[in-house]
Amino acid sequence: MAGWRRHAWLLVALAAALALPKIAAIAGQDFYVSFASRVLIWALLASSLNLLVGMGGMVSLGHAAFFGAGAYVVAILSVEAPGGSSALLVWPLAVAVNALLAFLIGAICLRTRGVYFIMITLAFAQMFFYIFTSLTPYGGDDGLSLARRLTLPGLDMAGDATFYYVVLAIFAACLFALGRLKASRFGRVLAGIKDNEARMESLGYATFRFKLVAYTVAGALAGLAGALMANQNGFVSPNMMSWDQSGIALVMVILGGLGSLWGGFAGATAFLVLEEVLSGFSAHWQIVLGLVLLGVVFYAPLGIAGLFARKPR
Amino acid sequence: MTWLLFLEQCLNGLQFGLMLFLLAAGLTLIFGIMDLINLAHGSLYMVGAYLVASISQATGSFTLAIVLGVAATAAIGMALEVAVLRGLYRRDHLSQVLATFALIIIINETTRVIWGVQPLPLNVPGALSGSVRLFPGIDYPAFRLVIIAVGLAVALSLYFLVARTRLGMLVRAGASNREMAMVMGTDIRWLFTAVFGVGAGLCALAGAMLGPLLAVQVGMGENILILAFVTVVIGGIGSIRGAFVGALLIGIVDTFGRAFIPTGLRAVLSPSVADVAGPSLASISIYLLMVGVLFWKPQGLFPARG
Amino acid sequence: MNELLLETRALRKRFGGLVATDSVSLAVRRGECHALIGPNGAGKTTLIAQLAGSLAPDAGSIIFAGEDVTALPAHRRAALGLARSFQITSILPSFSVLENLALAVQAVSGSSFRFWQAVKDETALFDRAREILHSVGLAEIAERQAGSLAHGEHRQLELALALATRPQLMLLDEPMAGMGPEESEQMVALIAGLKGRYTLLLVEHDMDAVFRLADRVSVLVDGRVIATGTAREIRANAEVRIAYLGAEEVA
Repeated sequence: MAGWRRHAWLLVALAAALALPKIAAIAGQDFYVSFASRVLIWALLASSLNLLVGMGGMVSLGHAAFFGAGAYVVAILSVEAPGGSSALLVWPLAVAVNALLAFLIGAICLRTRGVYFIMITLAFAQMFFYIFTSLTPYGGDDGLSLARRLTLPGLDMAGDATFYYVVLAIFAACLFALGRLKASRFGRVLAGIKDNEARMESLGYATFRFKLVAYTVAGALAGLAGALMANQNGFVSPNMMSWDQSGIALVMVILGGLGSLWGGFAGATAFLVLEEVLSGFSAHWQIVLGLVLLGVVFYAPLGIAGLFARKPR
Repeated sequence: MTWLLFLEQCLNGLQFGLMLFLLAAGLTLIFGIMDLINLAHGSLYMVGAYLVASISQATGSFTLAIVLGVAATAAIGMALEVAVLRGLYRRDHLSQVLATFALIIIINETTRVIWGVQPLPLNVPGALSGSVRLFPGIDYPAFRLVIIAVGLAVALSLYFLVARTRLGMLVRAGASNREMAMVMGTDIRWLFTAVFGVGAGLCALAGAMLGPLLAVQVGMGENILILAFVTVVIGGIGSIRGAFVGALLIGIVDTFGRAFIPTGLRAVLSPSVADVAGPSLASISIYLLMVGVLFWKPQGLFPARG
Repeated sequence: MNELLLETRALRKRFGGLVATDSVSLAVRRGECHALIGPNGAGKTTLIAQLAGSLAPDAGSIIFAGEDVTALPAHRRAALGLARSFQITSILPSFSVLENLALAVQAVSGSSFRFWQAVKDETALFDRAREILHSVGLAEIAERQAGSLAHGEHRQLELALALATRPQLMLLDEPMAGMGPEESEQMVALIAGLKGRYTLLLVEHDMDAVFRLADRVSVLVDGRVIATGTAREIRANAEVRIAYLGAEEVA
């Protein structure tokens, strides 16, 4: 795409995103505002996973562990420190906690490759799942309801539209940062590792460190997404880190476009809209969903981004 | 009498491990020979359990139900291989994960369409519902002993099949050197389908044996699928021997963890801490085992490829 | 100028019962083109892999530029100036030729833990990359996708990648493998142009090329170095002729 056209698209998308709550209010469909927040939060989760899988070639089937851990940072703080309810404090804390967790877990997982990496990330996510399932002080199996959303100075976060704008701003900032990262020296090295790790190693790159940094950043962003989801739903439960949530995030990445900057967003939107539309038709909509996913694998392996990509030279 | 409890838990662990082996054996071969990550393997276990439960309800014969259910599931597995999975062998792992994840969704929902959302009853056949006195003080359920016997018999026949027959030779060649298996090309396509059929049949057998103990319901496949994967990864992908050792290891560790960790912790920690830490530690013990194994041996205990 | 740049001391590697590297002591002088020859299965690639750091020896040590690098991982050795060109082409297939080179140049020009500035604005990287492409004769296909190149071009790119890391020593593992006579001739000319500027350790089957390029030759048979000397000395060495060139030629 030519530069000006890309900018035009961006402007249109941004205008639509900003106008969405107004349109929903006029149409009397306020439901769509919180639906859009959900899409953006999932888009953030999928984008963070895309950094791992799409840019770095590290297929993780346990990314939801960080999603859930981020949510539990919010939930546990609301129990232990009901006074400290500023999002300016809690969200960065969720990011920091997950960065640390991801750093430690990544240091172990990244010793393995390929299938073993897939399975060891899954194993860690299962551990998270079972640990939080048995954490009875924080709701255990049943999860935990939050009394209210975190606060931001000068904003009424209880309003769905306000919360939507906050999520939109965070997502836009993260996506912008990911775009910079992708084009940066670090991003190129990551792409090189995905292409041929042995070669990168023999060029003098300490590939393990680059992968570990990527894993840490991805975990931190997933934690942020989890913290936002906890506020969006007012509820957290171990199900947020169950393995099918990790699977869904992976599905979104592939559906949207592996390694493409907008892939996570496109995939999350497509998946959740599909789910929304199909579930309106039949109780057994999941069969259709499964068939669509199968179709993607066999007929559109590049995902939605592939439909817009230039023809290969 | 602690040692009686210990013995009983050993039998429980053996029984669980052997059933896990039925699932892991097929999974590890499919993994090793076709290099396919088949998340839908657990779905075949579920389908098998449903079929056996339905047939046994309709005919009143548990044995007949097992024979027909296993055969039908094997046929379904082979059909799946020909229709969908065959197209995934040369694709990357990511595509395989996505496609077989989609299959799980489809099969789960189809099962709900056919059998509804309520769990299906599958009862232990009357003749086996009692207990057997192994030692004075130990009465062990007869059905669980049958499970152990069936598991051992299958493990032995698999060993014979893989070690002594021409089919087994091809399978071993394929698992240790996939390139060669691939080069042999169309000639061994039937081998892939056959391995799939056997794997699916074993799934159904495990589903039939565990169905009366657990519950026959949608979602049963995913829980055990992950355990089967853990088994395969611990044992080393493509290795039947690894799957056997891994399955017994997991069966024992998991059973002992659940039986002894919570009480053990209560002896050393304060009750409130132990009540939280016990169950969580017990349920993650096998994953800790797996992480430990991969930390020291990133290719599993018995890597099939050099 | 007889300073040693690379030295192995009693290096040893076994795979099960097979001794692939049997107490190899090899000395490469700074500035020379040192060829390593030997029949198939003599353990040449195994030795190169240990030198580059992708395979750990069982015993012995490797000294590079006065430093014991035996325990260092491949990327640390590469950073010290030990560059490797692979026998089986190893490039970044989905990158363009120019991007391949730019990433190699990036490896030796400052930290790559930079997350914000776009690489494409770093003209110095790409200028240097073009310069190297020009020197190996790939300038015209700089924009092509590396995965789509012809075999000979792959080999040239392989060499260019090693060059881009500003090596002190280049491990060239069969740079002419699979090439036709014409391409081989070009590659010989290319390597001849590198002589003197870089220290080269050349593994090659093409004896004609080896005797034209090498200052000194070491002969590896069954994991052992049986002789080291000038091309003339090696040609005259009876043991080499029997063990390597074949008994029938001696007769």
